[in-house]
Amino acid sequence: MTSAESRFHPDRAARRLVGPIFGAACLAATCTGVLALVILLGAIVAAALQGPPHNPWYALGPNLRELAGLVQKLALGVQSSNPARAGYRVGLAGSLWLLGLVAVVGIPIGVGAGVFLEEYAPPGRLRRIVQTNIANLAGVPSIVYGILGLALFVRAFGVKAVALGPTLLAGVLTLSLLILPIVVITTQEALRAVPRSLRQAALALGATRWQMIRDHVLPSALPGIMTGTILGLSRAIGETAPLLMVGAAGSLLQAPKGPLDRYSALPVEIYNYAKEPDTRFQMVAAGGILILVALLLTMNAAAIVIRNRFRRYD
Amino acid sequence: MSTPVDPGQRHPAAQPPELDPVVLSALGLSVWYGQTQALRDITIAIPRNKITALIGPSGCGKSTLLRCFNRMNDLIQGARMGGEIRFDGDVISGDIDAVVLRRRIGMVFQKPNPFPKNIYNNVAWGARINGYRGDMDELVERSLRRAALWDEVKNKLHRPGLDLSGGQQQRLCIARTLAVEPEVILMDEPCSALDPISTARVEDLMDDLKNDYTIVIVTHNMQQARRVSDLTACLMLDDAGQDGHRTGILAEFSPTDILFTNPKDPRTEAYITGRIG
Ligand SMILES: Nc1ncnc2c1ncn2[C@@H]1O[C@H](COP(=O)(O)OP(=O)(O)OP(=O)(O)O)[C@@H](O)[C@H]1O
Ligand SMILES: [Mg+2]
Repeated sequence: MTSAESRFHPDRAARRLVGPIFGAACLAATCTGVLALVILLGAIVAAALQGPPHNPWYALGPNLRELAGLVQKLALGVQSSNPARAGYRVGLAGSLWLLGLVAVVGIPIGVGAGVFLEEYAPPGRLRRIVQTNIANLAGVPSIVYGILGLALFVRAFGVKAVALGPTLLAGVLTLSLLILPIVVITTQEALRAVPRSLRQAALALGATRWQMIRDHVLPSALPGIMTGTILGLSRAIGETAPLLMVGAAGSLLQAPKGPLDRYSALPVEIYNYAKEPDTRFQMVAAGGILILVALLLTMNAAAIVIRNRFRRYD
Repeated sequence: MSTPVDPGQRHPAAQPPELDPVVLSALGLSVWYGQTQALRDITIAIPRNKITALIGPSGCGKSTLLRCFNRMNDLIQGARMGGEIRFDGDVISGDIDAVVLRRRIGMVFQKPNPFPKNIYNNVAWGARINGYRGDMDELVERSLRRAALWDEVKNKLHRPGLDLSGGQQQRLCIARTLAVEPEVILMDEPCSALDPISTARVEDLMDDLKNDYTIVIVTHNMQQARRVSDLTACLMLDDAGQDGHRTGILAEFSPTDILFTNPKDPRTEAYITGRIG
């Protein structure tokens, strides 16, 4: 009989070594991301602070004040050929309009589709096909959605009576299509994560499927659904290409007053300023990016707050 | 009206012990999951206001049989059912509204599964969705008292149900079931996740509930079956076919004291004495 000593080769030294190496590799990967982000933000802030008065980089107070002044000026000014006066008021208003309307149009449709596919659709080949196609749609480049929006909403395949033209509504519908796959997929994943025991408990009491979904499944899945929704909206607000396709105006002096007005959007205006040959516009573009980033961070913060509120017991 | 059923003519294994009023019965019940048969030709008549225990080796289909009684098996994809189940004289195995049935036949699961809500709402929810019209506070208190949990939770009704201990959670689940006023309570190994003290409390509780409810309990614990049940059904796996698959069958159904002291079926005897299973 051989002893356990001879049958096992524990090799502890090597095993002890592998763990920390793997950990270090993961740490390095994390640092790469963080580093890139810090450099990027630093570069943007530096670009935004290019103009006079040239404070040294370590003068935090004056720099912050300068930045705040710059952002304020940019948020209030409108499109102009003079970089000292140029701003994003119209684009910012357009982006907020887009955000609100996409939330109203795209999210109910996306969440509804996710609930149907996960909770109601009978499992089978048809469901699998639909499912796969939605997953594929999530990877379609956004410019393709722009072309789709152009044909479908702006021109309505040439049917003049229903063609929307380059209006805010056409942009909203296009962006809603764009975020639909993300919202559907994350909704489904959130629903799938609801434990089966919870569903069984509800049904065993004589609940209908709807009562179970309304009172248990949706509340448990809500944090996940919110995450998907915010992800979708964040994507929508940062998109440029599809909006260029469906006719968001680059130089507009009036913010839209309703869904059928012409509109512009923050990223579209940033893109236009960044194209200008005059280097002083780079500062304007960088400031616009800061506004956009601030907007996205605010949205994510809001998402986290809402998520935590819903996680509480009622 | 419930009628005394004597299906023993066709199915000798299911000789009903006495002519008690039958509340739930299965007649030639077979269940398949996809292509594989899990239960074959089960005939059993469960009397009212008694505790019936289902015992048998793992995988013989005790949970399956239990889930057929309140149609929870319908929720499993690919599950099919043949034969007939009657509840209070009505056929419930066909095309019926399982939602209505499940209020009348409640279920307690193996793992305590309170809702992620507070204790009060855990109990009140089932009654509310079934359109309960009475005084909700009173119903919650009465259900918690019946489940022998009231004294432990009366000062923290608005704490999360999931903050209770495992044994308390299971009693909360029982209270939740009682609140919709079912006639039958199905319990699938309700004590398997509990310590001996919590188990004893749940067993006392069942004894107390017997006057008003019919209880069917699956258990792996022979002592528990002997302690709490009036009747015991022993399920078995048949001999393997040529594909090696074994199907669950009902080996014996007798009053508990007879089954454990003088089993008629040799397989039952082998199982309860610990020689198989
Ligand atoms: N959801 C399911 N899908 C497919 N087969 C299943 C499913 N549930 C149970 N089975 C099969 O049906 C048979 C009976 O299972 P069941 O869970 O009813 O046994 P059980 O007697 O409750 O076992 P245990 O004592 O281990 O709980 C088993 O062969 C099992 O593999
Ligand atoms: Mg089981």
